[in-house]
Amino acid sequence: MFKPAAAVATAQAGFNGRDASPQGSPSALPDEPLVVIQPSRSWVPLNIGDLWASRELLYFLIWRDLKVRYKQSVLGVGWVIMQPLLMTVVFTIFLGKLARVPSNNIPYPLLALTGLLPWTFLSSAITGSSNSLVGNAQLITKVYFPRMLIPLAAVGARLVDFVISFIILGGMMIYYGVSVSWKIAMLPVMVLLITALALSIGMVTSALNVKYRDVGVVIPVLIQLWLFASPIVYPLELVPERWQKLYALNPLAGIIMGFRASLLGGNFYWTPLAISAVVTVCLLVYAAYAFRRMEKTFADIV
Amino acid sequence: MRAILEVEDLSKQYRLGARQQSYATLRDSLAAAARAPWRFFSRDNSRAERVWALRGISFDVQPGATIGIIGRNGAGKSTLLKILSRITEPTTGRIRLYGRVGSLLEVGTGFHPELTGRENVFLNGAIIGMRRQEINRKFDEIVAFSEIERFIDTPVKHYSSGMYTRLAFAVAAHLEPEILVIDEVLSVGDLAFQKKCFGKMSDVAGQGRTVLFVSHNMEAVRKICNQALLLDQGKIVSAGKTENVIASYIEEEASGQSVYTIPPPVDEENAPGYAYKLQVEDGEGRPAAAVPVGKPWQVRVYFKITRRVEHFLIALGLWTNLNAALRASWSTPQTLEPGDYQAVFREETLLLATGRFPIGVGLSSFERSFHYVENAGILEIADLADGIDLVRISGVGVILNPMKIELQRSE
Repeated sequence: MFKPAAAVATAQAGFNGRDASPQGSPSALPDEPLVVIQPSRSWVPLNIGDLWASRELLYFLIWRDLKVRYKQSVLGVGWVIMQPLLMTVVFTIFLGKLARVPSNNIPYPLLALTGLLPWTFLSSAITGSSNSLVGNAQLITKVYFPRMLIPLAAVGARLVDFVISFIILGGMMIYYGVSVSWKIAMLPVMVLLITALALSIGMVTSALNVKYRDVGVVIPVLIQLWLFASPIVYPLELVPERWQKLYALNPLAGIIMGFRASLLGGNFYWTPLAISAVVTVCLLVYAAYAFRRMEKTFADIV
Repeated sequence: MRAILEVEDLSKQYRLGARQQSYATLRDSLAAAARAPWRFFSRDNSRAERVWALRGISFDVQPGATIGIIGRNGAGKSTLLKILSRITEPTTGRIRLYGRVGSLLEVGTGFHPELTGRENVFLNGAIIGMRRQEINRKFDEIVAFSEIERFIDTPVKHYSSGMYTRLAFAVAAHLEPEILVIDEVLSVGDLAFQKKCFGKMSDVAGQGRTVLFVSHNMEAVRKICNQALLLDQGKIVSAGKTENVIASYIEEEASGQSVYTIPPPVDEENAPGYAYKLQVEDGEGRPAAAVPVGKPWQVRVYFKITRRVEHFLIALGLWTNLNAALRASWSTPQTLEPGDYQAVFREETLLLATGRFPIGVGLSSFERSFHYVENAGILEIADLADGIDLVRISGVGVILNPMKIELQRSE
């Protein structure tokens, strides 16, 4: 058996380098530690610098997601375009032709597509990111990197899909002879807003999904409901006037209408858009802090 | 000289069964919250049982030191590495790092079967913390090291497991942080490649890089590390020169069992007798948990005969820890009357390499076995013998070689 006292004494004596010589070891150690590892308090800073430092890894994670997805499916990139296109066809037949949903002088297929493109992005980004942490358990338990990169990469990969899917929109706009106005300048703002919205929801659901696996099951259902609670396949005017204020609290409503206005040149609905922007930014900040708070237990329970 | 790594009073507590609890459904949690709303938000779940994986660990590491971390399973080695790699947080205490840490708790983390070797090199490199430029610069070297140049553009799902491991290790071996943290990753791959990795790791150590290395392979620790740290139940029990720490580890391991109970025969009713106890002894017949190489030793088997048995013999077998039968000895056949007996198997010079060797016992009559137990006990061989060349007692196979070798110049 050991003599613990003696053992502890040696243990604290410290280790010396094999050749504690000048040539062997890096002579200039920084005065301050690069990293201090210690238990964190419940609310931790976001550490944007850390995220920025790992941007290359983010790039590689997005690249892996795209590459694998496109490699595995026969249609590859084509599928990204097919999905909103097929949905547009379905909604055009059922809502546009059969139910005759009014579309404010915009051809119904265009109305549906300008709503369905961002919605497809949002829905796939949220679904993808909510399963991202669980799906990358192997990485989380073996390597350190800012955990936020994982939902970020999931959203990022879908953003690439989203950009690609604009090809069909361009084709449709040319077909219907829609000319682009200065309002297109607002498009990047809309993309930014919807990405922020997808990211904030994705971060929270991915973190929750680590602990409560049923989140992954519930999310797709809720997203389907959200489709009909937003002016995606119908215009805002279809919603009774007195409900419109309440309706605008849905952050997606303002964004979708913004998309439509910037692409097809209709009027911007500034109040719902402002509400969307404020809600989205608040959500994003909350989600980021909540994620940081939950992330320290990921490796232990995933 | 200033330390590059300071660990101060580090502890880590795990909640027992946290793993099972993690799959608790949201519904359960909400139901629990409804019953006791304050508990849902407080992180303290006082009903869960807790264990300390690490308890008050402190040590400093100087730049350029190569440290082996050894200890039994569950001693806290992996937890220490996980905290050092920032995968999990300590419960109390702190670590100050004055250099970039690269950790290899696994090789090939993030490898995707659909991607080609080339693509996986870049992906895996980025995951373990290499910059893209760095990977670009080292790419050819990595591929050459992996010895799979021809297949580098083939998806890794078509690789053999050996090729996969080579590529994965090749990337890992080219990680160059100031502090390298390695878990038992060398135990993969074929022997020749393992040697190559060993060589590469020793290089790394020689370049003045600080290395922390967890292993069960004492030979590897001896070769790579100049210092070692022995953990037991989350505490440091010994630290210092590798040889000394390994010796205390073996000594501690050896303070284990020397007497074993043998389970009864399967067909108890028809067996004319049974063995019930086995004891490993040193040359003087005293119980010994571990036997030194090169010394006399013996095994005493206690057995009972219940019915007169003719042409009886008792056998003792040894297995390697890989479960390969190593050798067996039989007593000469004889007739035994009912009663209590002991059989002593004795050897004057133990010439087996250090390690743990399962002992099996068999009783038979007319070559037909009536009680046979593999793993009836363990022969633990320690390398504490004096007078035997230490170089020759490990890493040389299972059976030590007593051969005399002469070199002659031929005409």
